[in-house]
Amino acid sequence: MSDAALAAPRVKAKVSSEDWIMRAVLVGIALYLTVSILLPLYAILSKSFKNADGVFVGLANYVNFFSTPALFWSIQNSLTVTLICCVIVVTLAFIYAYALTRTCIPFKSLFKGVALLPILMPSLLPAIALVYLFGNQGIIKDWLFGHEIYGPIGIVMGECFYVFPHVLTIMLIAMANSDARLYEASDVLGASRIKTFFTVTLPSVRYGVVSAFFVCFTLVITDFGVPKVVGGKYNVLATDIYKQVVGRQDFEMGAVVSMVLLLPAVFAFAADRLVQRRQVALLSARAVPYQPKKNTAVDTGMLIFCCLIGLIMVSILGMACFASFAKFWPYDLSLSLKHYNFDLMDGGSWDAYWNSIELAAWTAVIGTAMVFTGAYLVEKSKGFHSGRAAMQLLCMIPMAVPGLVLGLAYVFFFNAPGNPLGFIYHTMPILVICTVTHFYTVSHLTAATALKQLDGEFESVSQSLKVPFYKTFFRITVPVCMPAILDISMYLFVNAMTTVSAVVFLYSPDTALASVAILNMDDAGDVAPAAAMGMMIVGTAAAVRLVHAGLTRGILSRTQAWRKR
Amino acid sequence: MKSKWFSSLGLGLATVATAAILGAAPAKAKTDLLVYTAVEADELKKFKTAFEKDNPDVNIKWVRDSTGIITSKLLAEKENPKADIVWGVAATSLLLLADYDYFQGYAPKGLDKLSKKYYDTTNTPPLWVGQRAWIASVCFNTVEGEKHKLPLPATWEDLAKPVYKGHIIMPNPNSSGTGFLDVSSWIQIQGEEKAWKYMDALHENIARYTHSGSKPCKLAAKGEIAIGISFAYRGAKSKNSGAPLEVIAPSEGVGWDLESFAIVKNTKNLKAAQALADWSVSKTAQEIYNQEYAVVAMPGIAKPVKNFPVGIEDKMIKNDFKWAASNRIRILDEWRKRYDGKSEPK
Repeated sequence: MSDAALAAPRVKAKVSSEDWIMRAVLVGIALYLTVSILLPLYAILSKSFKNADGVFVGLANYVNFFSTPALFWSIQNSLTVTLICCVIVVTLAFIYAYALTRTCIPFKSLFKGVALLPILMPSLLPAIALVYLFGNQGIIKDWLFGHEIYGPIGIVMGECFYVFPHVLTIMLIAMANSDARLYEASDVLGASRIKTFFTVTLPSVRYGVVSAFFVCFTLVITDFGVPKVVGGKYNVLATDIYKQVVGRQDFEMGAVVSMVLLLPAVFAFAADRLVQRRQVALLSARAVPYQPKKNTAVDTGMLIFCCLIGLIMVSILGMACFASFAKFWPYDLSLSLKHYNFDLMDGGSWDAYWNSIELAAWTAVIGTAMVFTGAYLVEKSKGFHSGRAAMQLLCMIPMAVPGLVLGLAYVFFFNAPGNPLGFIYHTMPILVICTVTHFYTVSHLTAATALKQLDGEFESVSQSLKVPFYKTFFRITVPVCMPAILDISMYLFVNAMTTVSAVVFLYSPDTALASVAILNMDDAGDVAPAAAMGMMIVGTAAAVRLVHAGLTRGILSRTQAWRKR
Repeated sequence: MKSKWFSSLGLGLATVATAAILGAAPAKAKTDLLVYTAVEADELKKFKTAFEKDNPDVNIKWVRDSTGIITSKLLAEKENPKADIVWGVAATSLLLLADYDYFQGYAPKGLDKLSKKYYDTTNTPPLWVGQRAWIASVCFNTVEGEKHKLPLPATWEDLAKPVYKGHIIMPNPNSSGTGFLDVSSWIQIQGEEKAWKYMDALHENIARYTHSGSKPCKLAAKGEIAIGISFAYRGAKSKNSGAPLEVIAPSEGVGWDLESFAIVKNTKNLKAAQALADWSVSKTAQEIYNQEYAVVAMPGIAKPVKNFPVGIEDKMIKNDFKWAASNRIRILDEWRKRYDGKSEPK
C-alpha cells in the first residue's frame, strides 16, 4: 500500500530478486510471530468473553470476577506488594550502581557478578531459601520480630532479590552514560558534592530510574514463583491465574484474570518505551566519560553497603544450597545427596532436568538464528518500509505479555479443536516456540543494537561488487556481531532453563521441566528436593555463563581487534 | 580464517542439536498406557516396576497430581478423554465422573476375592474397583508441641480450641482429596450445620491451606508447623524416617476414601488397561498396597503397618460415597466462599 508510494520517488526503485528473497524471509518471520503471539492473544481475549461451552456471554465473566471479593482483593494485593518492591529495589539498585560507577571502591567486578546471581535461578528458589531462613524453623526467623514470612513480607523480600539484577543492569547503563564535563563545570562553580548529586547526577539518570521502575513493576506483578511459595494466604493475580486454571480447571476465569494482569503490564511497557525514546538525545558526541575521584568517607560507606547487599545475595543462594544437602531439616543436618534422587518425587524425575537442557539448547539455537536474521532484515534490507515497521512492532509485543498469560493463550489457541497446528500441543516444539517468543523482544533489541553499529556501506559495497547478500551476511555481519549473537544465545538458554510461568500450562508427562518440577515438588511438600533441583539449574546456568565468557573473550581477541586502534 | 571458526562453531551447535533429537526419540515397541493417578509420587516407581515385570509389553505413563487436580483435569477433558485408565484415585471422584458416562464396566479376574464393600456393586460389571483405603490422620510434631506448650490433641473438637491458633495446617479441599475427605467426614459425623460451625472455629486456628494432602504432614515433620491435618500413610512414613511425630486418629472417627481404578470408555488401549485392572486386584498387588497402607480391598491380606495409629480401622466412619460424590461440588463451593482468600490485607 504505502510501500509503493514511498518507494516510488526513490532513485533505486527497482526491486531485485535478492530483495524479494529478503522480503520473503522477513514475511516468514513476521508470520511466525503472528502465529506465536498475535493469534494466541486473540484466542485468550475471546475466551474471556465466552462461557465454558464456548457461547459468547459478553462481560459476564468480568462481572463475575469483580463481584468475587477473593479475586478482586488480589488486584489490590498485587499492586501493594509490587509498588513496595519497586520503591525498595530501585532505591537499593540506584545506590549500588552509584557505588559501582561513581566511586573508587575495590572489587567492582566481583560486586557486579554477585549482584547478577539471581538471574541464574527460577524465582521459586530464592523463595524456598527464604523459608529456610525465616520460616518457623528458619535460622534467623527472629529477625522478623514475630512476623510470618508467609504473606506480603515474604513476597516483597523474594521479589526484591529476584528483580535486583534486572533493575541494576538498567541503572548501570544509565549511570555509565554520564558526561564528565558537567561534573567539572559543577566543581568549578563551587557546588558541593551533595548539590552536584541533585543537580547533575540525578537529572542525568532520571530516565534510567523511571525505566527501571517500570521494568521492576512488570517483573514483580507478573512473577508467580515467589508468591506461590511464600504467599501463604495472601493471594495475588499471578497465583490466581494458576489456581483458576490448574486448581479448578476454570479456563474462562483464568482468561479474565489474565486480561486483568495484562493491562498493567502493557501500560508499564508502553510507558517505558516512551521514556526510553526521550533518553536517546541526552548524550552528545562530545561527552567525556566520567572518572570517579577518591573520597574516603563516601567510598567506605559505599563499600559497606555493597558488602551488605552482596552478603544477602550470597547467603540466599548459600542457604538454598545447604538446604538441598541437609539430610532432614532441621533435625538432622548431616550432609547427604538423597534429595538429588528426583526419581521418587513429584515433578518428573531426572528426565525433567534433561528435558530442560534440551529445551534450552533448542531455544538458544533456533531462537538466536531467527532473532538475528529477523533483526538483520529489519535493519539492513532496503525498501519495504511498511513491512519492516510492522515487523519492528511485532518484535516488541512479546515483552508486554506476562509469561502466564502467554502460556494460557497457547492452551486456548493450539488446543482449540480444528487448529491445524494442534499436533504440536503437549510436545517439545510448542515449549520451544513458546520460550523463543516469550524472550523475543530483549534478544531482538540486543541484535538490533549490534547491527546498528555496523555501517550500511558494507551492504552497498557488497552489492556493487555483485556479492550476494547472504555472503555478506555470513562473512561480515555474523562474524562482526558474534559477541551479540553469543549474548543472545546465552540469554535464551539461561531463561529457558529458569522460566516457569509460560511453560507451566504447556508441559506434558513426556516433557516435564526442571523449573516446573521445583514448583510441583514444593507443592507436594518436598521442599529440600525442590531446592536441589533449583541448584541443578543454577549450576547449569552458571556453567553456561562461564563457557559464554570464555567464548566471548576468545572471539573478541580473534575477530574484534579492528575495534581497537 | 574467520569463516573457519564460525563453521566449527556451527558444527558444534549442530552436534548439540542432533544429540538432543537422538536423545528425544526413544525406541517404541511397547503399548504406552496413559494412567491418571493421585497415588503419592514416591510409590509410583514401585508399582510401575512390579506391574511391568508381569506385563512386559505395557509401558505405564503416569500423569500424577493431587486428587482434586486430577479430577478437574478429567472433567475438563470429558469431551475428548486423554487417559486410558484412572488408577489410584478417590472413589468419590470416580463416582462423580461416572455420572458423565466416563467409564466402561469391567470385572477384573479375581474380583470375587475382594471385599464387597470396596467395589461398585450397583453396576455389573463394576464401573470402578477399590484398591486400598487412605485414612485421615493428624500429624503432631512433639518437639514443636513442647516448645509452644501445646497439649496432644485427641479429638477433632480439640483442634478448634484457641490454644492451637496459628499452629495447624490443612490441605485445601478444592485441590486435595485428603482435604475433601476431612470436610466430608466432619459433615457426615456432625451434620451439615454443626460441621460448618466447627470449620469456622477451626479456620481461626489454621495458619494456611496447602495444595496437596501430604504437604501438611511433611511440614509438621520438619517442624515448619506443629500440627498437620493429613493422612495416615504420610504420617507413618515420616515417622519411620525419623521425624518427631505423633500420628493421631481423632476419636470421633476419621474420614477415608478408596484409592480405586476405572477404565476410560473407548480407550484405544483396552487390552493394556484391562491387564492393569487384572493385576491391580491380584494378591501381588494387594501385598504391595499393604506395604504402606493398613486397609486393602482383599480381606486377609493386611498386616499391621509400622507407626500407623493403633485401631484406626475401627475409627473409619461409615462413608457414604454416593452422598459425597453428589454433594462434592456444592460443598467445595461453600468451602471456598467461606475460607478461600479470606485473607485481605490487614
